[in-house]
Amino acid sequence: MKGKAHKFGDHVDTDQIIPAAYLVTTDPKELAIHCMETPDPDFMKRVKDGDVMIAGIDFGCGSSREHAPIAIMGAGVSCVIAKSFARIFFRNSINLGLPVLESPEAADAIEQGDEIDVDLATGTIRNLTTEQTFTAKPFEPFMMDIIEAGGLVEYTKKKLAAKAAS
Amino acid sequence: MGMTLAEKILAAKCGKKEVSPGDLINAKVDLVMANDITAPIAIRQFEKLGVKDVFDKSRVVFVPSHFMPPRDIATAEQGKVMREFAHKMGIVWYELGQAGIEHILLPWKGHVVPGDLYCGADSHTPTCGALGAFSCGMGSTDIAVAMATGEVWMKVPATMRLIYHGKMQNWTRSKDLILHTIGEIGTDGATYMAMQFEGEALKDMSMDARFTMTNMAAEAGGKTGLMIPDEVTIEYVTPRAQHEWTVYKPDPDAVYEKTFEFDASTIEPTVAMPYSPGNTKTISEVAKENIEIDQVFIGSCTNARMEDLREAAEIMRGRMIAPNIRCIVIPATQDIFKEALKEGLIQVFTDSGCQVSAATCGPCLGGHYGVLAEGERCVSTSNRNFPGRMGHPKAEAYLVNPPVAAAAAIAGRIVHPDEVAR
Ligand code: SF4
Repeated sequence: MKGKAHKFGDHVDTDQIIPAAYLVTTDPKELAIHCMETPDPDFMKRVKDGDVMIAGIDFGCGSSREHAPIAIMGAGVSCVIAKSFARIFFRNSINLGLPVLESPEAADAIEQGDEIDVDLATGTIRNLTTEQTFTAKPFEPFMMDIIEAGGLVEYTKKKLAAKAAS
Repeated sequence: MGMTLAEKILAAKCGKKEVSPGDLINAKVDLVMANDITAPIAIRQFEKLGVKDVFDKSRVVFVPSHFMPPRDIATAEQGKVMREFAHKMGIVWYELGQAGIEHILLPWKGHVVPGDLYCGADSHTPTCGALGAFSCGMGSTDIAVAMATGEVWMKVPATMRLIYHGKMQNWTRSKDLILHTIGEIGTDGATYMAMQFEGEALKDMSMDARFTMTNMAAEAGGKTGLMIPDEVTIEYVTPRAQHEWTVYKPDPDAVYEKTFEFDASTIEPTVAMPYSPGNTKTISEVAKENIEIDQVFIGSCTNARMEDLREAAEIMRGRMIAPNIRCIVIPATQDIFKEALKEGLIQVFTDSGCQVSAATCGPCLGGHYGVLAEGERCVSTSNRNFPGRMGHPKAEAYLVNPPVAAAAAIAGRIVHPDEVAR
């Protein structure tokens, strides 16, 4: 995946990713309209399909709303790189198939607008603008299985089918 | 090796003798919950799974709480999706008029009991951990899979032990212990960890007060918050339990990732200033700043139980709230509303000039019934004050305990309760 970086700070909570007042739809495109508008009112005007979000510590803290990763995916973001993630947000993202990579070094070094290339299988993050390379914390095999299946629903479907067949 | 309370419960739920932090387990759940925000996505995901029925009708509960009664057509549609699914599946459904905020409703009705593994699609699900249950917030997709299979994947968390020595003084409440703790350890201080609360200060606490502490485990990033069941727990659970329960206790040689000890007798009423629950100051410090306010909200899953309402009413009795202040009081559930009515508390609030509403989350999440405008300041008994949480991103919320909130409503600014109630 390749795209431009959009940089955010520490402790970006789910109310900033998508305010509660807009949690009245499950449609990714509709949710995306208000994605990140509190920290960056112009985010949706700039973001293009495939772009990458960069954030500080504890990204996605706050509520359990799955609307947060859904809105980010609806905005066209291909991957989030942060210093650290809040627990439920991390879990929701994996379950939905949104790649979330932990790399404090990359999150520090990458600047707004840098061109980023991510290889999920190896966890390699390349900053094409500065020609720097970083390695994210690898996913556990079980989580990689969920991501590769396309999310927890697909993963569970396969498991249920295997159970029924045996 | 000895196990913590969280490890004991998870070991039992995955059928193992022992589990350790970091173990990936598949665990059987005792209860699954979703609300009007999270259920619509959970239903969509459930339908994708192609499963016909939920794993156990009596163990899946849907609660309309956040935007209910519906605020507009869109929220009415969400309520409809949820209601129709609940009726079709025959799961447990609380209709308006019997419902309220899930984290107060479910333990009150006996759906969660000690030893349970309870997964809810709401971040404040850890509230029920005060009963000695492993009570964990998850997203809608996890809940959909749990509804279908009765199982969840989980990583066994390390446990943080928090011990509160001594007795609380004067106006200090359980809310202040937890706000003080978050101020100390930070809003990500317990990320991925189970928080095990113990100590002398907890012994005298009612269940109402205990739930306030585990409720805000979420604000420290905790996967769950737990308390060790005692006589108070048993007395609460016995008349309501909807299923069998087991009391687990941590082993004396359990291993803790971190231990924090506090002297509860020195903790003052605490205020979380905008814009983070970890941005705490003592009430004495804040009172000096002379912060004038526009609104007071007494409600939410943190502090809208009977004890909270009694204490707020005690301060308001015979007094009027300050001019130009609006004070919104929302008992957490219909049952609590009825009790408050019987005890005359609703009379006290309305006589003082408060607006009392039927159970809902309301202004806590900036949903409805008291959303803040730009620059407005609100003193709130709820749990979060991020930018935009209660309305406009430039509105401010100050998180406090119920007596401090009531005193602020009377004074029109943030004051020490002693200034109002002498
Ligand atoms: S009262 Fe507030 S924190 Fe509690 S469940 Fe409702 S919206 Fe969430």
